Amino acid sequence: MKYIDEFRDGALAQKIAANIAIEANQARSYHLMEFCGGHTHAISRYGIVDLLPDNIHMIHGPGCPVCVLPIGRVENAIQLAQIPGLILCSYGDMLRIPTANGVSLLKIKAQGADVRMVYSSADAIKIAQNNPQHQVVFLAIGFETTTPPTAVVIKQAQAMDLTNFSVFCNHVLTPSAISHILQSPEVRQLGLLPLDGFIGPAHVSTVIGSQPYEYFAEEFQKPVVIAGFEPLDVMQAILMLIRQLNEGRAEVENEFSRAVLPTGNMKAQLLVAEVFELRRIFEWRGLGLVPYSALKIKSSYAEFDAEKRFQIPELSIADNKACECGAILRGVKRPQDCKIFGTVCTPENPIGSCMVSSEGACAAHYSYGRLRDNNTTMQKN
Amino acid sequence: MHNSGKTKPVYTRALDLKKGCVEMVHGSGGRAMTQLIDQLFVAAFDNEFLRQMNDQACFQSCNGRMVMSTDSHVITPLFFPGGDIGSLSVHGTINDVVMSGAKPAYLAASFILEEGFPLADLKRIVGSMAKAAQDAHVPIITGDTKVVERGSGDGVFITTTGVGMVPEGINISADKAQPGDKILLSGTLGDHGIAIMLLRENLAFHCTLESDTACLHDLVANMVTTVPNIHVLRDPTRGGAATALNEIAHQSCVGMLLYENKLPILEPVNAACEFLGLDPLYVANEGKLIAICAAEDADNLLATMRKHPLGKNSAIIGEVIEDTHCFVQIETSFGGRRVVDWLSGEQLPRIC
Repeated sequence: MKYIDEFRDGALAQKIAANIAIEANQARSYHLMEFCGGHTHAISRYGIVDLLPDNIHMIHGPGCPVCVLPIGRVENAIQLAQIPGLILCSYGDMLRIPTANGVSLLKIKAQGADVRMVYSSADAIKIAQNNPQHQVVFLAIGFETTTPPTAVVIKQAQAMDLTNFSVFCNHVLTPSAISHILQSPEVRQLGLLPLDGFIGPAHVSTVIGSQPYEYFAEEFQKPVVIAGFEPLDVMQAILMLIRQLNEGRAEVENEFSRAVLPTGNMKAQLLVAEVFELRRIFEWRGLGLVPYSALKIKSSYAEFDAEKRFQIPELSIADNKACECGAILRGVKRPQDCKIFGTVCTPENPIGSCMVSSEGACAAHYSYGRLRDNNTTMQKN
Repeated sequence: MHNSGKTKPVYTRALDLKKGCVEMVHGSGGRAMTQLIDQLFVAAFDNEFLRQMNDQACFQSCNGRMVMSTDSHVITPLFFPGGDIGSLSVHGTINDVVMSGAKPAYLAASFILEEGFPLADLKRIVGSMAKAAQDAHVPIITGDTKVVERGSGDGVFITTTGVGMVPEGINISADKAQPGDKILLSGTLGDHGIAIMLLRENLAFHCTLESDTACLHDLVANMVTTVPNIHVLRDPTRGGAATALNEIAHQSCVGMLLYENKLPILEPVNAACEFLGLDPLYVANEGKLIAICAAEDADNLLATMRKHPLGKNSAIIGEVIEDTHCFVQIETSFGGRRVVDWLSGEQLPRIC
């Protein structure tokens, strides 16, 4: 595949791995957080950990939009979908997240609720056009990457005078989450979570650009390297972070220069600003209440806001007590540290959201990495 | 099939195979059903067993070991590049039979038809089944037809059952893989699943991709002749090679190590998988097999497989290792390792 194979070249990976091994200082350790689930997936899928020296530790961040949605919002969606005649549309992984009592959108679909999996917000508005007698709600989730397409359909719905379409908005913001992690007591005071640098988001950065990360580099003295989602991107970013740390630099560098500009995509940003505004506070799974970390639909588009149309209540539901998703999303624990990982909680029967999406840390470790938990199986030949 | 000219047909007007469609009466057991069976099924599958028009087929059995397998086919769309539900239903069951090393002997076919299904399409499907069965020299010797109300089916569902005879000295089973064995694959991965997916999602690529649906009986016959001591054979259909290998690993209580660089995958399949977020290891095949044999037999078996048109892209893709956890693992193109897990959830429904 042209334009992709170049970023998956095994021989080049070995060269970068050799450079990392030479340049990594044996006298110290490096704790690097990959913020995005896309990076987590690439690291697990290509077995990148096997190519890194033992003193480089990759910490999985909270950048999986399915994982950070709190149970209360999932419960809201399930209640919405049970309104007779209502069609609820969302992305595939959303349908599998279980609430506290094990119910998911997929389960109520099997019982007769009209829940539909869509690939894009455009599919949802098409369903609304084709079903004028039904209320159609698009359960919108995601970081800055999926927000502009949601803004587009809200504007389209207004232009078309669609009275049966609305959006249950759950869009969240990356920089607020990174700030929250850096300001958490676990990082600042307790030293529970050593964190030396970040692999910055790929697709999110194509929209917001590299400038928003300057604050972290300066204020918290943590280097950030924005990287693409291909495995060689990740390897190169790790090398760049090690060089910064070795030289005592804390800068924002852009490995993903083929797609990310310092200012990002202005057109998309303007579109988002036109339709959405900041929420004062929003609950994240794992991170708790994070100020100014999510978006809501502006009052000028209120008629397309499902929260207003259906008077969706604010629900706060605690995670299953045994589930460590919260600590895993903050990077404090690893999937294999959770008592129910791989026993009670599996991709077939997920308890926590990190086991649902393939970008979730638990699902990635279960599907790709768990052989490392049993050293006996790592046979070399 | 014609009623030998001796008795008068119970119907007077021929089936309208151009514009007609399946009606509830075609499943009612009356004249209309007899006519459908006679003019469509028996005419296409024609053989001495069917001509007896009994509710069962009576045939001589052999003294040795026999195998039997059954498979239901519910694929959508019914027609796809490289085949249709008819040829698929013959290939699928024959392949399941021959994965024991057996020589396939007979097939039975059962149809669930939806009211309103065009008879022209049914004729095309039945014709394609007849050709597939004929090509494999395996007659369809008994069958059944049911009709369900419009909305209760999806055009046509076909269940086929096959029996075969296992040659003397052949003992192939998924619990016989041993550490040190080599794992062979007969060709490119994922062609069937991706051909169907592209059709369903209306994705146009700059090339035509065909399903690999094919009967593997001839390839298997050559293989067991060259290496009678093949340990395991399995066709990686639903769930793809990953699922088949996990099943074998568990049945044999062994681990497996695959090499990503050795997996034969067509360029358009790779591209489509990338685009759709699928992994070729989990995508269905309908004309491929996985063989596991002792290391010393592997080169010989590979050479035999490559000589056959259905095995020309065969490769040794990995080996069996000791592992009490029965993990299937893969060495990635990067040189790292990862688990190749069981398929979780539904990758692609209604694929066969």
